[in-house]
Amino acid sequence: MNRTVVIGVGNEFRGDDAAGRVAARRLRDLAPDEIVVHESSGEALSLMERWAGAGRVILIDASSTGIPPGTVQRFDASRAPLPSLYFHTSTHAFSVAEAIEMARSLASLPDTVIVFGIEGGSFEHGTGLTPAAEKGISEVLQLIRNEIS
Amino acid sequence: MSDPDPPRHTRTIKVDYLARVEGEGALHLGIREGRVEDVKLKIFEPPRFFEAFLRGRHFREAPDLTARICGICPVAYQMSACHAVERAAGVTLPRPLRELRRLLYCGEWIESHCLHLFMLHAPDFLGYESAIAMAKDHREVVQMGLKLKKTGNDIGTFLGGREIHPINVKVGGFYKAPRKADFTPLAEDLLRAADAAEKTVDWVAALPFPEFAGDYEYVGLSHPDEYPMNEGRILSNRGLDIEVAEYEDHFEEEHVPYTNALHSIHRGHGAYFVGPMARYALNHDHLSPRTLAAASRAGLGKVCHNPFQSIIVRALEILYACEEALRVITEYEEPDSPDIPVTITEACTGWGCTEAPRGLLYHRYDIGPDGLISQAKIVPPTSQNQKQIEDDLRKIVPLALHLTDAELQWRCEQAIRNYDPCISCATHFLKIKKEEVPS
Repeated sequence: MNRTVVIGVGNEFRGDDAAGRVAARRLRDLAPDEIVVHESSGEALSLMERWAGAGRVILIDASSTGIPPGTVQRFDASRAPLPSLYFHTSTHAFSVAEAIEMARSLASLPDTVIVFGIEGGSFEHGTGLTPAAEKGISEVLQLIRNEIS
Repeated sequence: MSDPDPPRHTRTIKVDYLARVEGEGALHLGIREGRVEDVKLKIFEPPRFFEAFLRGRHFREAPDLTARICGICPVAYQMSACHAVERAAGVTLPRPLRELRRLLYCGEWIESHCLHLFMLHAPDFLGYESAIAMAKDHREVVQMGLKLKKTGNDIGTFLGGREIHPINVKVGGFYKAPRKADFTPLAEDLLRAADAAEKTVDWVAALPFPEFAGDYEYVGLSHPDEYPMNEGRILSNRGLDIEVAEYEDHFEEEHVPYTNALHSIHRGHGAYFVGPMARYALNHDHLSPRTLAAASRAGLGKVCHNPFQSIIVRALEILYACEEALRVITEYEEPDSPDIPVTITEACTGWGCTEAPRGLLYHRYDIGPDGLISQAKIVPPTSQNQKQIEDDLRKIVPLALHLTDAELQWRCEQAIRNYDPCISCATHFLKIKKEEVPS
């Protein structure tokens, strides 16, 4: 299957943690019809369900790795795990990195797995993104357009 | 430290960050001369002050506010909150709405038990560091577990409006009740799920179990007609038989300096055990014939005393919940209205106790004539089990002193996971610091 699935991951009520979801929402209006766009809280099993059968999955998630806020990082997790900093950062027992590795163990990972991390500036309670996260989202949207074109 | 074989009169096992539990906790264990001198299960998840948040809020907000306490078992919080408020208002739900609540609870038991059984606990028995590692060698089992868990999630989505933190539950019932025909796909899926759950029982029954028998006070709800979820009296296997409203006369919470969770004790008795093991011991005869047959095949009697076999009891409850969900769907009659009116015009108090996947979950609300909550008390299952977990470690460790430190730590973590402690939200990160002090 060559279907592409894009999943924006995050918690809408923890500031920049929503960056991935907001990016997915904006992408939905721009993406061609054959691209399926989802939002997710990041719970591993529902992530695995959403990318099941796809040839390519693109995940967008907020990151908190100590680099300047708004910085976008691109990882190709098709053949190797995400860097360890990406593990255990979710509010769920199994999150994005674990979902990818679980799917790899079960031989159900799409051929291509791309993860975009948008470094957040604030993960405080409440809604609303920092300008840095907004900038990161714009950059990710451009990168994804390049990726899928 | 360079001595190849130092005298080991004193051993200290420290697990700074417990993996595969729901939340952030640590373990400190001090052993001297074969005796466990010090056991501290430390929960350093910060206090969350939910009881204080509830003060001044309207009683109708209680189910949605308290659901946020847990992303794994939000239904339990919603159910205990609803029952407490409805008790205060003096209303009782008609059968179809009561049945729908039971169905929603079945969904939560299935998804929560599957998460713990397949992802967190089973790797302990098979020697894997994680479910991801286990999945490489046990692909079919893990796939079956994930599918089974999804059935539980699907019930939540169908009836609750979404997978986590349902939005369809309200004091007095639901915002919207399903039509009978809407259940068809779920019923078909549940038939398959029950078969998978039965296989799961057989699979976990064959795991290797450390030998141990605890002399426990099992505490849980008991109902004359059914395996308890939402209703019943609070019973123990040592003669306790009280109404939910009497809970605080018999159980108290105490502050313990090293942990952010309160310890619960049964006054005059001490530690007690809530959860699947307790429900099973107190309500064995209310399980379905198929579940009882599976229990018998697994070699379990009417009471299970080995906490390591809690994984079997959880599997049995998954099977029961699949069957019970099917029963509810088959017998469902559409209600006249998705909810009943609930009004409070004078000061009152309500108590609610339901069976969360991890055990008894107690709520009390004092409500003013304006409908605002003036006091709230919530006692989750993990704080009730915390003291019992420490007591288990005191008894399990002396039987396992022949093990290496790494093996002993493994055994201790496995013993903690017997209780599926839900500290809140989880990580999967382990740091170990070991200290040896030669005498």
